[in-house]
Amino acid sequence: MYRQAAYDDDLYRRSRPGAAGYVPPARFEDAPPLPSALSREVPPDLPELSEQDVMRHFLRLSHMNYGVDTGMYPLGSCTMKYNPKLHEVLANVPLLTMHHPEDPPFFVQGTLALMWHLSELLKDLSGTQALSLQPAAGAQAEYLGVRIIMASHAEAGGGRDEMIVPDTAHGTNPASSAMGGCRVVELPSRDDGRVDVDALAAIVSTRTAGLMLTNPNTLGIFERDIHEIAGIVHDAGGLLYYDGANLNALVGRARPGDMGFDVVHFNFHKTFATPHGGGGPGAGAIGVTKALEPYLPVPRLVRDGDTFSWSYDAPRSIGQVRAYYGNVGVMVRAYAYLYANHGRMHEISGQAVLNAMYLLHLLKSHFEVPYYDDAPLRMHEFVISCAALKKETGCGAADVARRLLDYGIHAPTVHFPLVVKEALMIEPTETESKGELDAFASALIEIKKECYEDPKTVRSAPHVASRRQLDILAAAKRPVLSRMHERG
Amino acid sequence: MPFLPSEPDNESMRACIGVNDLFSDIPPSVRLSCPPLTPPPRGDVEVERAVLGTVGANRPVVSFRGGGVYRHHVPAVVSSIVSRGEFATSYTPYQPEVSQGMLQSLYEYQCLMAELVGLPVVNASMYDWSTALAEAMLLCVRVTHRDAFAVPDTMSPQRRAVLGTYAAAAGVDIIDITHHPETGQMDLEHLAAVLGRPCAGVYIESPSYLGFFEEHVPDMAALAHDTGALLCVGTDPLSCGLARAPGSLGADVVVGEASHLGNPVTYGGPLLGLFAVRDDMALIRMMPGRLIGKTVDADGATGYVMSLQTREQHIRRERATSNICTNEALCAVACAAYLSYLGPRGLAGLAEALMANARYAMRRLSSLPGWEAPAYRSFHFREFVASSPVSPAAIDAALAPHGLAGGIPVGTHAALYCITDLHRRDDIDMLCTVLEGL
Repeated sequence: MYRQAAYDDDLYRRSRPGAAGYVPPARFEDAPPLPSALSREVPPDLPELSEQDVMRHFLRLSHMNYGVDTGMYPLGSCTMKYNPKLHEVLANVPLLTMHHPEDPPFFVQGTLALMWHLSELLKDLSGTQALSLQPAAGAQAEYLGVRIIMASHAEAGGGRDEMIVPDTAHGTNPASSAMGGCRVVELPSRDDGRVDVDALAAIVSTRTAGLMLTNPNTLGIFERDIHEIAGIVHDAGGLLYYDGANLNALVGRARPGDMGFDVVHFNFHKTFATPHGGGGPGAGAIGVTKALEPYLPVPRLVRDGDTFSWSYDAPRSIGQVRAYYGNVGVMVRAYAYLYANHGRMHEISGQAVLNAMYLLHLLKSHFEVPYYDDAPLRMHEFVISCAALKKETGCGAADVARRLLDYGIHAPTVHFPLVVKEALMIEPTETESKGELDAFASALIEIKKECYEDPKTVRSAPHVASRRQLDILAAAKRPVLSRMHERG
Repeated sequence: MPFLPSEPDNESMRACIGVNDLFSDIPPSVRLSCPPLTPPPRGDVEVERAVLGTVGANRPVVSFRGGGVYRHHVPAVVSSIVSRGEFATSYTPYQPEVSQGMLQSLYEYQCLMAELVGLPVVNASMYDWSTALAEAMLLCVRVTHRDAFAVPDTMSPQRRAVLGTYAAAAGVDIIDITHHPETGQMDLEHLAAVLGRPCAGVYIESPSYLGFFEEHVPDMAALAHDTGALLCVGTDPLSCGLARAPGSLGADVVVGEASHLGNPVTYGGPLLGLFAVRDDMALIRMMPGRLIGKTVDADGATGYVMSLQTREQHIRRERATSNICTNEALCAVACAAYLSYLGPRGLAGLAEALMANARYAMRRLSSLPGWEAPAYRSFHFREFVASSPVSPAAIDAALAPHGLAGGIPVGTHAALYCITDLHRRDDIDMLCTVLEGL
């Protein structure tokens, strides 16, 4: 039986004037105080706590949080697979954590070699010819990809400013396109949940900069017309962008580069088992074709024999999208994962797909599966709809999701993709056992029963989480965003 | 992770599904042959040996480089907290009721950082200082509908490069403001002249990239505000333990780097971008990134949720205020734990020690023949430019065999030196001994 801890632990309530755990470093000489015009009038209002206070407070908060280490986390398109603990140890060795990004390359040949080897593995897995590890996250990789595409068009004379994005795409695709200077053109999907190829042919023009595609798409369906899609976009002079959010379905079995994609991004926390940290940090490498290599960001990692260094000499580069080289700590974890597993990535993707299809099989007679008649195969994830359930019982996707929490299981992604009403997007990943999958299916089927028999319990869920339903509307209406904000 | 937990049940699962080839949607032309396992899966011992072997080519260093990214000591209590699997292996808190730990920790980060920088609304993190600055520029452009942004010519080249990338896509001109050659202080007359063209925002850094405090921030705020521009201040939040909060000096937006408050430097990533604005709904609704808000649950108990999400990409898509999704949440939790551990006196004590020890380093370096530190006559925090009779490259070449790295080169005969809590007096003495023999 699942019960999440519930504390009412307040950092400032624990504060006691004079309490301290920290001892400041020694001073090598006395310094005069700052002149009063520069000096703070009153000290910042931070709590005063012992080390034990700090530990207890945050340990209690951790008890009020659910992670993959706690249980199944089938958040669709987020690929919440298990994060091996060895990687945490490796990413924290002092020889990796101690260096400043401006330190001369002489001191960091090991880190640079690791980045080089990681790049080679990623190029091989994606079928791309050149790669940058700079993006801090998938969305930043998208922005970078859009900039690279726009830079190549600008050099060819410009005039292309339309980015085509399917209606099933993640919100970052249109947002990154807009930020990168593009107008977004939405591409509808067909009855089988795939991109409408005829509509694409009608949309492309001399204004087309490119198409951003997630494959398999967010319904978990593989875009099997990918050659035709690539042909239409390329014939129109546009470029193809591969959103790597769903790469875990394909890795080791098919390569975006072979499908005609010109730009490919990776989400390290999704495909390479790096922890997501409650929102980040992530890392988002980007691979491109030989033709697009000149536009990759600076600095570029350069190898001369066994010696590595950085080069800023790339006149056609789009520049830098963040300071320095990327989230190195995340790269170390991804490299460890690939070093252990790259020879069997196809087994991993195979298991991810088998687990999802098995779960779909358990659920498909109980829930509506949109597009199933026209497209029965799903890859690493699938989407069910609670639209009929909502109509009949008043309990929708969000209610079912919250009720799952009472069963000790994290909820799937809710109300996405937008093309499915009352959507629950489910991605079990390869690291869940058959027992966990069975338990998840049983819980969903039981909750469906509850929706008819006891809808009030479902709609008021969760009941065993550290808080009951939270008032999100009040939080938006009268935002309280900090203590200082609350003081006014 | 050689073991896939459902593997022993694969046959029975396949039988249930009743589909032979789960990958038949993929055109044969792009399907790889899936060769037998080459290389075979490797166990923990092999992986550990290989990664440590590769990393073994790194060399330990006592480095005097900073410039916006700093190597500081990470207290064990902080690493212990962020290594909790409940925090580290969670996703963005989309289900708030089971994610109160992360949400409250991020809210506390917002609270603590607000107190430091003197602005009440802090987001739950950006990637780093440079992207926080780029997003601040875009915020100013959205709010003012203007297409120019003024920056100090003394600013970090890294941040300037990133800002330039984002400005180019947005069609924004970046205009440099000059500085006083002796003090390094921003030239107010030039700023006023630059503002002859309506700017969306004015950006300043204090402490500056070159290490000194800007002494006329209220005047810069007045100049900016008189022309309808917003004032954005870049800062090291650690300096706010001692120095006046930018929010009290007229800043509308504060950006900066906070990774050194509780996180290892790890060759420059992950970092922790600080982003704060005034309590003004026009700014809040236009700002990027996640905001955690305080609310109540159905029983009236205090709880936390992601708030004002209609600004964000997953709701607003191409009309979102930013494309940011994954941020640096766990680094922000580390920062909250770090600031809780230090408290107001610990933070002030640390800031004072850095100032005093930087002063010691300046005095020692200045005693070397032909050296001058600081090169600019202003009040410095923990970094300073030292001018030298030899080039930074020659200095680094001489220092490397001793396991030392000098300052970041900022001129043919000048480098930016930085002091953190990891520098011993012996390190500074050793630096000077080697430099003396050059």
